[in-house]
Amino acid sequence: MNNPLNKKIFYGVLLVLALLAPFGLYPVFLMKMLCFALFACAFNLLIGYTGLLSFGHAAFFGGAGYVAGQAIKAWGVPTEIGLILGTLTGALIGLVMGLLAIRRQGIYFTMITLALAQMLFFVALQAPFTGGEDGLQGIPRGKLLGFIDLSSDMTLYYVVLAIAIGGFALIVRTIHSPFGQVLKAIKENEPRAISLGYDVDRYKLLAFVLSAALTGLAGSTKALVLGFETLTDVHWSMSGLVVLMTLVGGLGTIVGPIVGAVIIIMLENKLGDIGNWLAGVTHIEWFNTLGDSVTIVTGFIFIVCVLAFRRGIVGEILHLFGKRSASTSH
Amino acid sequence: MELFGIPLQALLSQLLLGLVNGSFYAMLSLGLAVIFGLLNVINFAHGTLYMLGAFAAWIGLSYFNINYWVMLILAPLIVGAFGIVIEKTMLRWLYKLDHLYGLLLTFGITLMVEGIFRSIYGVSGQPYSVPDALQGATNLGFMVLPNYRAWVVLASVVVCFSTWFVIEKTRLGAYLRAGTENPKLVEAFGINVPLMVTLTYGFGVALAAFAGVLAAPVIQVSPLMGSNLIIVVFAVVVIGGMGSILGSIVTGLGLGVIEGLTRVFYPELSATVVFIIMAIVLMIRPAGLFGKEK
Repeated sequence: MNNPLNKKIFYGVLLVLALLAPFGLYPVFLMKMLCFALFACAFNLLIGYTGLLSFGHAAFFGGAGYVAGQAIKAWGVPTEIGLILGTLTGALIGLVMGLLAIRRQGIYFTMITLALAQMLFFVALQAPFTGGEDGLQGIPRGKLLGFIDLSSDMTLYYVVLAIAIGGFALIVRTIHSPFGQVLKAIKENEPRAISLGYDVDRYKLLAFVLSAALTGLAGSTKALVLGFETLTDVHWSMSGLVVLMTLVGGLGTIVGPIVGAVIIIMLENKLGDIGNWLAGVTHIEWFNTLGDSVTIVTGFIFIVCVLAFRRGIVGEILHLFGKRSASTSH
Repeated sequence: MELFGIPLQALLSQLLLGLVNGSFYAMLSLGLAVIFGLLNVINFAHGTLYMLGAFAAWIGLSYFNINYWVMLILAPLIVGAFGIVIEKTMLRWLYKLDHLYGLLLTFGITLMVEGIFRSIYGVSGQPYSVPDALQGATNLGFMVLPNYRAWVVLASVVVCFSTWFVIEKTRLGAYLRAGTENPKLVEAFGINVPLMVTLTYGFGVALAAFAGVLAAPVIQVSPLMGSNLIIVVFAVVVIGGMGSILGSIVTGLGLGVIEGLTRVFYPELSATVVFIIMAIVLMIRPAGLFGKEK
């Protein structure tokens, strides 16, 4: 994808596929995929382009989902305001978490984000409006801008697609902006970036808040699509899942997280079928229960990716074409 | 007798429960610190290995009728051997890479092992009874002291301080500290560093399994017991800093006590108090109470 024309063709094909997809596949499933794709792209902005591994992204994803859901359901705000409130919630939690976490480097940063996200999990477990173990149920879709009725899956799909593309465009723009170049400099060589006079902590914080806000947008949109929000979204395993999506697709590649999200969500959904097929082929009874063992399979993929497949799918493809990473080709 | 409007007995028993939890924090954060020092790996699987220790004790008793005291020795050996296999076959390949890959690998191991145990035993806890010798309680006059809980605190304090002694005061410990400081130079002196790394990981893991066996009669043995604990232990490690062995022991015990007291005075906060303390420490002393920023 070195020359700009190829890239335009590639994105064009992707867009046409996305526009036609709901005619062949179940729209709610596709919307869920889009939300996770945006989530993974927002996460990749940190790990892939700033070199910060956050293990607390579930806090933004689920926290925003709860606030957006509560705003639309209980306070009766219009849908678009609910989504904006969710996004702001993500940004706010990101600001607080970021301010604390960037005080430490490397692996400590990761542990701090994980611990603070766990704190938010307990808040969500105990707070009165989240419904505890039952979750926040019955979030109405309402009307967008007062006249676009979202109760039809098809209409909602195109709205969600527009949101995801908007978020994706913002991320790509950020990566290629001077700001994004500074982030990359921090990732490659932080002491050097400091010695060049950049206020590294401020850049890191800004990237963290941006990533958190976009994650919040993805989380609120997902809550709207499914009509409920549960503790799964704020649990640490959700933070792990988004790491896995990004890793499978390719850390620090632009389309990698999207590919990873699509694969992991499909896998989660189809694992039962795959298990039955494997049982049929190999005659090993155990495979029939594979559908109930999603965590075993995700754990296994994690191990394989870390040991043997660290570039991820898109990373490997780009490597085959002689590119070390997507970002260097621009 | 009352103190701050709380019956003294209730206060003391929560304090003891806090110390029990603190013992687990101390043993786990100690193992994490020793492993991180030499391997530069944050062992996310530490909680899972603690869970494996508890399950080993439970399986030993319910399938093979091996009693608690034997399992207290056997379980750390078995789980430690499992740890050595992990180190030899997987972790070894990641030392030259960014720290985050070690974390991600052990995270994957956590998911897999936990998933396997969940598919076999479900999420509900398995009861494990207190060994006969430690059943009952001793009346100290001002409080009734459950024997088993006192044993947990005693055993973990002894184990933690022996570890401290070995690392800080013996020749073996000197090798270990030197290896943490500069592995290449230690290797040049003819010490087998890769073997030392393997054994250190095995030891840290065995410590986690030992804590697991101690925990089995106190809390229900469940596949999820480890991952719930490990995140708190991470917070403990951030608060204490990983530079000092004594620091992790003191921080672990201290936070357990604070958590226990919170359960008395403001129960709603007991699940989050450690994280709040972490946030405060980060604001005042980012390197941690006992840590030195590298």
